[in-house]
Amino acid sequence: MTLFDAIAVSGPCGAPLLGQAGGTFWLPPRASTTAPIVDAAFYFVFWVAAFFFALIVTVMTVFVLRYRRRPGTGPLPSPSHNTALEIVWSVIPLGLVMAMFYLGLKGYADMRVIPPNAYEIRVDAQKWKWTFKYPNGYEDDNLHVPVDEPVKLVMASKDVIHSLFIPAFRLKQDVVPGRFTTTWFRATLPGEYEVLCAEYCGTSHSDMVAKVIVHEPGEFEGELRKAQEKSQKLPPAELGERLFVRRGCSVCHATDGVTVKTGPNLKGIVGRERRFVDGSSRTADEEYLRESIVNPSARIVEGFRDQMPTFQGQLSDKQIDALIVYLKSLSHQPPSQQANKVEP
Amino acid sequence: MTMAPPTGPAGEPANSPPAGADNYLTHTRGFWSWALTLDHKRIGVMYLVGILASLVLGGVFALVLRTELATPGPTIMGFPPTLADKQPEASQALAGKQPVPPEATAQGKNLYNHIFTLHGAVMIFLVIIPGIPAILGNFVLPLMLGAKDMAFPRLNLASFYLWLTGAIFFVVTLHTGGLDTGWTFYTPYSTGAGHSAATSTSIVMAVLGAFILGFSSMFTGINFIVTVHKLRPPGMTWFRMPLFVWGSYATAVIQVLATPVLGITLLLLVAERVWKIGIFDPKLSGDPVLFQHFFWFYSHPAVYIMILPGMGIISEIVSVFSRKHIFGYRFIAYSSVAIALWGFLVWGHHMFVSGMSLRAATIFSALTFTVAIPSAIKVFNWLATMYKGAIGLATPMCYALVFIFLFGIGGLSGLFLGTLAVDVHVTDTYFVVAHFHYVMFGGTLVAMLAGLYYWWPKITGRMYNDRLGRLSAMVLFAGFNLTFFPQFILGTRGMPRRYFDYTKLLGTHPEFSMLHLLSTIGAFCTAVGFALVFYCLIESLVRGRRAPANPWGGATLEWQCSSPPPHDNFPDPPEVGDPYDFSDLEYDPSVGGFVRRTVPSGRP
Repeated sequence: MTLFDAIAVSGPCGAPLLGQAGGTFWLPPRASTTAPIVDAAFYFVFWVAAFFFALIVTVMTVFVLRYRRRPGTGPLPSPSHNTALEIVWSVIPLGLVMAMFYLGLKGYADMRVIPPNAYEIRVDAQKWKWTFKYPNGYEDDNLHVPVDEPVKLVMASKDVIHSLFIPAFRLKQDVVPGRFTTTWFRATLPGEYEVLCAEYCGTSHSDMVAKVIVHEPGEFEGELRKAQEKSQKLPPAELGERLFVRRGCSVCHATDGVTVKTGPNLKGIVGRERRFVDGSSRTADEEYLRESIVNPSARIVEGFRDQMPTFQGQLSDKQIDALIVYLKSLSHQPPSQQANKVEP
Repeated sequence: MTMAPPTGPAGEPANSPPAGADNYLTHTRGFWSWALTLDHKRIGVMYLVGILASLVLGGVFALVLRTELATPGPTIMGFPPTLADKQPEASQALAGKQPVPPEATAQGKNLYNHIFTLHGAVMIFLVIIPGIPAILGNFVLPLMLGAKDMAFPRLNLASFYLWLTGAIFFVVTLHTGGLDTGWTFYTPYSTGAGHSAATSTSIVMAVLGAFILGFSSMFTGINFIVTVHKLRPPGMTWFRMPLFVWGSYATAVIQVLATPVLGITLLLLVAERVWKIGIFDPKLSGDPVLFQHFFWFYSHPAVYIMILPGMGIISEIVSVFSRKHIFGYRFIAYSSVAIALWGFLVWGHHMFVSGMSLRAATIFSALTFTVAIPSAIKVFNWLATMYKGAIGLATPMCYALVFIFLFGIGGLSGLFLGTLAVDVHVTDTYFVVAHFHYVMFGGTLVAMLAGLYYWWPKITGRMYNDRLGRLSAMVLFAGFNLTFFPQFILGTRGMPRRYFDYTKLLGTHPEFSMLHLLSTIGAFCTAVGFALVFYCLIESLVRGRRAPANPWGGATLEWQCSSPPPHDNFPDPPEVGDPYDFSDLEYDPSVGGFVRRTVPSGRP
């Protein structure tokens, strides 16, 4: 992409900056009950800071112009110390920052005190994928929530520290391996917003992006039930394909036979000879695939690193079977597509 | 070869040395006379060369990062091989479609992650933390105290070689490759599995490098503390010390108290990586958040290591160039010490979203706001110093004004981060990136340039082209703001930091593209500013006119010895007075500098 394309994408100067619906110059749209509290604190700090900055720069400019050194003149007599003045300019800022402290604390307390009746969703973070688990057992890679209902997120990480960031909700909470962290929100505006990872987590940190979809009143429960029923009735290969995306396999494994991501490309994997970093080799059969899912560190394919998390205990036997059926199906493409395949 | 110590003609005032007199640069010659020197001035010059070289290295990394971010998707790294061969722009243009950036390769993303890690590590550990104390503190502090050297010259040389060793460790990671933890080395990313052998080596190398640099910092700190306590001349009480000495002293206290914590933390990190002792990694039943507490317990005070000496420099320059006694001397002196001690209690404000308890967050937020007040007082004091002054706008003063402007924005933007609810939204976004660049680059680095231009005549004995110096300040100022101000807007609108790519965010945030592009253009303007700085300084070495002893009319003691100073600094003990009383200094066009009005008896 050239620089000109970038300008073309961003449109004429100024317009895209202010163009976003619902947002202000400084802040994105507001879509949770917390957002107005945060924004009020933001603008209080903003105007105090803007006032003092304008004051400092104005005084500095005026003094430089007014008291500029000219030939034949020296400094005018003036005191080098004035206790009253110094106390005044210490106490006034102190009062203002204490007001900021109070506003900030008020918003933070709102974020941290979770309503007892909140709807609970489990969140799993892993390199580089979010998984949202609903009370009925359904899992999704986007966060679906009802509007106007408190939602509690109970979050854990499988590998390194991540951070769940929803700008429209003014919400951010680190997700730490080895412990649960919690947060909550009440969405106020149906629509789609982004979920980002805000804590650096490695290669594809910037791709760890999901959506939060705020459903209209009454829509959420039905949608969730339907999604759950649908996911249970899928034939194994389709279930496997869905799991392959939803559980994050596709983040690191391409299936087009060409692209090599963080992990090996899995097109036509079944039946192929695999060579490992320890020099050994074996044919990729069902047992090898199963082992690679539940104990990925056991054998590392040549040219790759040991960085896949284990899925032991996180996928049921039925799900592992479905994944293997899906991987097998990748080998049985129509001949026309096989012909285009680039194989080393 | 050694020469006899310089002995000026009796009665000759120190500020007008005979032409061709012996000075510290010509005192001895040859490589070893520099490599094994115990002269604080030569050690300062060696630091100057090393740290400016590191600055260029870190700056090149920054330009690479900004170039990559100029457009969404891969810009200069990470093109998929098939697409790169076919020239992606051309093929997309032929297809007649809106260009869609190709998905970047893992290698490209990793390369970006390595470079931002190295940019941060080089700039923080090799440039900003040692910068002002090691270059200007080393050179100026003993002179300001009228001393012949630091209290421990050998320790001083040792700390330089430790710095050099640490720097070599970092440069080696360029060769071994794969250092991608960020300069903060957060666990369990930095201790966990999933790294290649090269990355593992690099992480251990970099951590050991930081550990060694920590010792360099501590040695410098100990030296400064002892020097200030023991080597002040008769008549210089604590409250007659120049404010740069106060700033350096407060810094030294932090260096000595805080840096050991970093050393221990980094050793624990290496122990965990190498021997699998569970401290931070949850897989070994450690606690990853514990690392953040340890790390910021050092690294927040380190922010004051970076800024306090800079504030000291600005206090000197504003006073000298306004020809006015510094306003509220005691307030500034006390506030340096207050910041140094209070700064130990606020580290938790880096961790408000880590899952900290409400109570802890409340305390850290309140303490953070109180530590903001002494900094605000200093800014007001500088302005009050300028009131009714006779303000000369030579290069050092231009840099000081740039400092006040940029540090003003940097400091005030910190208020957003101290406000708990707002911090949750803007932490780990470009807002934080903009904030700390305004403080560390706009603050510390600009103060370092101000100090370098201020003491350059003293260090080298040469004047520079003042017009070029002022131009460099203006270009840097414009480039800096163009680079970092858009990043505030990026941050508050939700752009997270350390992102290789922002294509996925453009759907909801089309404005990111423009803001990133502006920032990149600004980065190149900043690079032009630095090129002007280097050109100006090198030109002065080649063509600059000889500097007088006191070109700016400073009343601190370093201006009483010649430029450049003799090997032993002061042939006779200097006269100690009020460091900010300029009443009897007047400009003498025949010398091109300032001289004392009261001519010592015996002079024709």
